[in-house]
Amino acid sequence: MSLSRRDFLKYGTAAAGAAVAGGGIDLTPVEAAATSLRIKEAKAFPGVCPYCAVGCAQLIYVKDNRIVDIEGDPDAPHTEGALCPKGSSTYQLSLNERRITTGLYRAPGSDGWEEKPLAWMMEQIAQRVKKSRDETFVESAKVGDKQVTVNRCEGVAWLGSSVLDNEENYLIAKLSRGMGLVNLENSARLCHSATVPALGATFGRGAMTTNLIDVQHADVIMPTSNWAECHPVSYKWVMKAKERGAKIIHVDPRFTRTSATADYHVPIRSGTNIVFFGGLIRYAIENKKYFHDYVVAFTNASLLVDPSFKTPTDLDGLFTGYDAGKRSYDQSAWKFQLDGNGYPKQDPTLRDPNCVFQHLRRHYARYTWEMVERVCGIPKELFLKVAEIYCSASGPDKTGTISYALQLNQSTNGVQQIRSLCMLQLILGNVGRPGGGVVALRGHSNVQGATDFGTLYHMLPGYPAAPLQGPHQTLMEYLEKTTPKGGFWVNNPKFVVSLLKAWWGPAATKENDFAFEYLPKREKADAYSHQHFIVGMHQKKVKGFICMGQNPAVDSPNAKMSRQALRNLEWLVVVDLFETDTAAVWKEPGIDPKSSQVEVFFVPGAPAAEKDGSITNTMRLAQWHVKAVEPPGDARSDAAFIVDLGNRLKELYKGSNAKKDRPLLDLVWDYQPQGPKKEPTMELVLKECNGYATHDIADTEGKLQYKKGEPMKTFAHLRDDGLTACGNWIYGGIYPAEGKNLALRREKAKGGDYLAHGWGFVWPANRRILYNRASADAAGKPWSEKKKLIWWDAEQKKWVGHDVPDFPATMAPDAPRQKEGPFKGIGGIDAFIMNPHGKGQLFASIVDGAFPEHYEPFESPTKNLLSKVNNNPVAKVYDIGDLNRLGTPDKYPYVLTTYRLTEHHAAGMSRHVPWLSELFFGHFAEIGTEMAKALGIQNGDMITVETPRAKIKVRALVTERIKPFIIDGKKVYQVGIPWHWGYQGVMKSARGDITNDLVASLGDPTTFIQESKALLCNVRKGVA
Amino acid sequence: MARTLAMFTDTSLCIGCRACQVACKQWNELGMEVPEWTGTYQNHTHFTDQTFRLVRFIEEPKPTGELAWLLMSDVCKHCAQAGCLEACPTGAIYRTQYGTVDINQDTCNGCRYCVSSCPFGVVAFNASSGTAKKCTFCNDRIHNGLGPACAKACPTESIQFGFRDELVARAQKRVETLKGMGFKEAQLYGADSNGFLGGLNAFFLLLARPGTYNLPDSPKLPQRNVVVDSLLSIGSAVLVGLGALLAFRERGQGGGDA
Repeated sequence: MSLSRRDFLKYGTAAAGAAVAGGGIDLTPVEAAATSLRIKEAKAFPGVCPYCAVGCAQLIYVKDNRIVDIEGDPDAPHTEGALCPKGSSTYQLSLNERRITTGLYRAPGSDGWEEKPLAWMMEQIAQRVKKSRDETFVESAKVGDKQVTVNRCEGVAWLGSSVLDNEENYLIAKLSRGMGLVNLENSARLCHSATVPALGATFGRGAMTTNLIDVQHADVIMPTSNWAECHPVSYKWVMKAKERGAKIIHVDPRFTRTSATADYHVPIRSGTNIVFFGGLIRYAIENKKYFHDYVVAFTNASLLVDPSFKTPTDLDGLFTGYDAGKRSYDQSAWKFQLDGNGYPKQDPTLRDPNCVFQHLRRHYARYTWEMVERVCGIPKELFLKVAEIYCSASGPDKTGTISYALQLNQSTNGVQQIRSLCMLQLILGNVGRPGGGVVALRGHSNVQGATDFGTLYHMLPGYPAAPLQGPHQTLMEYLEKTTPKGGFWVNNPKFVVSLLKAWWGPAATKENDFAFEYLPKREKADAYSHQHFIVGMHQKKVKGFICMGQNPAVDSPNAKMSRQALRNLEWLVVVDLFETDTAAVWKEPGIDPKSSQVEVFFVPGAPAAEKDGSITNTMRLAQWHVKAVEPPGDARSDAAFIVDLGNRLKELYKGSNAKKDRPLLDLVWDYQPQGPKKEPTMELVLKECNGYATHDIADTEGKLQYKKGEPMKTFAHLRDDGLTACGNWIYGGIYPAEGKNLALRREKAKGGDYLAHGWGFVWPANRRILYNRASADAAGKPWSEKKKLIWWDAEQKKWVGHDVPDFPATMAPDAPRQKEGPFKGIGGIDAFIMNPHGKGQLFASIVDGAFPEHYEPFESPTKNLLSKVNNNPVAKVYDIGDLNRLGTPDKYPYVLTTYRLTEHHAAGMSRHVPWLSELFFGHFAEIGTEMAKALGIQNGDMITVETPRAKIKVRALVTERIKPFIIDGKKVYQVGIPWHWGYQGVMKSARGDITNDLVASLGDPTTFIQESKALLCNVRKGVA
Repeated sequence: MARTLAMFTDTSLCIGCRACQVACKQWNELGMEVPEWTGTYQNHTHFTDQTFRLVRFIEEPKPTGELAWLLMSDVCKHCAQAGCLEACPTGAIYRTQYGTVDINQDTCNGCRYCVSSCPFGVVAFNASSGTAKKCTFCNDRIHNGLGPACAKACPTESIQFGFRDELVARAQKRVETLKGMGFKEAQLYGADSNGFLGGLNAFFLLLARPGTYNLPDSPKLPQRNVVVDSLLSIGSAVLVGLGALLAFRERGQGGGDA
């Protein structure tokens, strides 16, 4: 990897300087610089860009307590000092006339804000939380004929945030669960929630498998997201690969800035990705392009499935066990045939008709190029060309990378769309190897971290499930049902007990099940997600709402309904930098403020530059940012708000003897607030997440291993006996000793360490490429010299190479499956250590299928051509009557897809930033030249876009880049609309109608993510 | 005279993200402007006193009939023979020791001759300061060992900064590579110090004819055109041209590959 061009930009090396005889450019480092450079005497603080999840490291230059410049950190291995336009404008997040720096209060029915002191605000908020909690708390519920403790509060919702720090999300998860909240979410629900079960069920962890830097080693790259526009800085690695000769295939409904750089643009109708990937899987199998040895060694292709299991090929669109009345599957037949030891039977020849591989072959036999052409609208020649090129990225010498983002996520088939690409990567042998992998590109800075830290209704920090009232009444029941019999998750009890110790400390004892009873129990799986609780607000069942760093007035599906839901609340707390559309929902244009009784508290927050904490980027890299300046006025960190609220609630409940208040009163909550604004000490939170000994711990030989209070060095030392506490086991090792914060490290990549292990901390255990055992063959040798990453060193008897092994360090390739211990069920060739059988799972139980099967989006221009089942038979349709009507192609003939742009950020942080808001004229819809002509629309005309939920007015951007599709022989036009706009913003160009008003209330059956990429709409000229 | 510095903008690597445009605003503390409808993603339509870097978005069918979306980050060319510099009556526009062209804001009298003398429409007048403005090549940064803000921010190294001779060599190699990859029209614009305007110190690699990018095929110094038009004798024109060239040298030449 050459760094020469960057070197020049950075510091001007001594060699280059010497080459210039006298009077040449003065290449002295910044610190010693000469005159008139405003950062000359400034102090540089390590920062992290708060926009997308590339996590560009920044340097924040401060002089006289004022930020004078923010630019990229040139030492950062993954960004090399670059920033996109959003990152380049971070300065205006801190220094911005629109920043709100005092508490604002809006009384019920009032038409204006009142400025209020912070202490008053906090006290009022704490009282509202207490009132709603007390009114709606459910202490116990009847399950069967038993009354069980459920400790849940259903009347309050808390939206944490994928733009807040890890520690802040952790504090939200801890306090809200301590209060009994079940309505707990962050914006990851709406953007990448389908990622977690898709990657989790296939590979074992719900996270991107690889590292952005490694993309440069790919031979073919297939972005199925708009990579260049949405994650520009990381696109450098694609361009580096391209300069080296790699082919780029961009799969996207629209021709975008990514397509502009690609060798091939493959236009695909939104919502049909399973047909495309299914077509590629079929192509690879039928043309024997799959990586046979990899598939046999590392996937479950050879495992034998129960003969009673049938796929949609056999059952015309359904898997075995469908119950139409319940709209769900009985999955009892979705299992393996077991041998005498309880392990699945195998056929390494892959010929047995019941083996996973043969099922896979038969299942995708229907996914022919003809079907791809008819369903996706991709012409045959183009499909066959890119199939040939992509499937060439396989075998010992070659690898290919695929990226994806929301086009795959935001669908009623979200999980399965992603799984289909994961499966393609598995059969081509592209996981765990250099230049391979699945690149999950997240749009918010801390989607990965907020997910890891469990501000999501269905899980606890580190991914244990949030317990359900039915099956999880006691700790033992819970652990038994959520702990698999093999794979690294057998250690689940250690993680759960250590979490309970971190939350309830001395009150969590062996005798009381480590206070498991304190954890709120969910009533059922189909409840509490973002869309669920928005509907709950609309129906006035959810009364109070804390909203931090998110803007549901704009980003919620069916947003018009969502804004009414917000106005139906009794109270709303918004913690943010600017007056968001959510904060201003009571005065939305066209709404009479008097009509809404919601009491609103606006609490001024602080961006990353003004606080300490860590952010985990999309490649699991946690980077710490240091507070560079004090937040202005009453603004303070979100952590300060959370800790302060917790302390006030504890005070309000002080002396209570009610059983329901014990979880809150016993919650360990000492983060040593400092200074006038009571800023908590964030390293204490990090230490708790990392884990520490609750007592002195002796090792097996009786020697002192940990002193009480000492940080855990690794999650491998966690225990299920209460001697360790750990807030999030996957981050174990991030703070391995007192004062040693590995997220804060910023060591440049050195020597051959292109993955830069000295930069920040990557979970788990600083492994930069997951499943990297698969980079070597079954015998532990690199598949090829060109693609080597780690390998077995027989002399040293350990795995060695360029990365930390994601495998037991000393387990030989020929080691038999372990019968017990932390790696129970794992043997020397089981590269996917988190999965029960250690294999990449081509066959896996997801609620809507063991293999991805195509169903049409709920609004589609065609019926399903693959089976008689049109839509996902188990998807969620929210029952809100006329507010959720669906359109049909006779009235709504155009396919509508929504997306975002480089220059704006999600629901609108960028709309308060002048340098970003000036880059687009305003809200617009992109339509093709041919369609525009047919409708008499000129470039720049105002148009109305309508669905049964709403209509919006936007300007038409007429372009050749948007093309119609031929779907099953018929021409279908598409319309593309970015969704950033709302009624708040710095200038006219920053304000506009809300695209998500058009979106229906539908959900993927596993994660309830909405279907906002594939809709139907009507378009007409004019706005009358 | 120091070795000449340059920026090389390789449009084949540009993703049109506009990091350069915003990074420039941040470093140079430039204000926002009200955007206008351009019918494309581009904003603004032209260089102004607040916009020194400008990304152009050009939709153009390739010869094969496929669609190309040409993306190009445009900037002041820091010409070796700079029309603005020649036109400036106060000497406020000067050539730095690195060959870049800058405007001394203290001595600029706001006459705007430079505005009309720039063949690329780069120089703009700022009403509040009463002076001419344009890209400074981040003069403060290059004099302190840092590259320009735009080049530093660029995610894909489409904007490269360095010694001119080295950049030209690299650019020539890149053109050959691209031609080998099938980009038949790949060409350098302003790299040749013997070419128009004595070469540009911010030069470009283009994937289509210059006109496609709104660049003149063969830009000339406007005042020379005026001179040529007003004189009937070719011989006189040559003499005057020589005179102009000499004057130009005296004013601080150093734009070529020194």
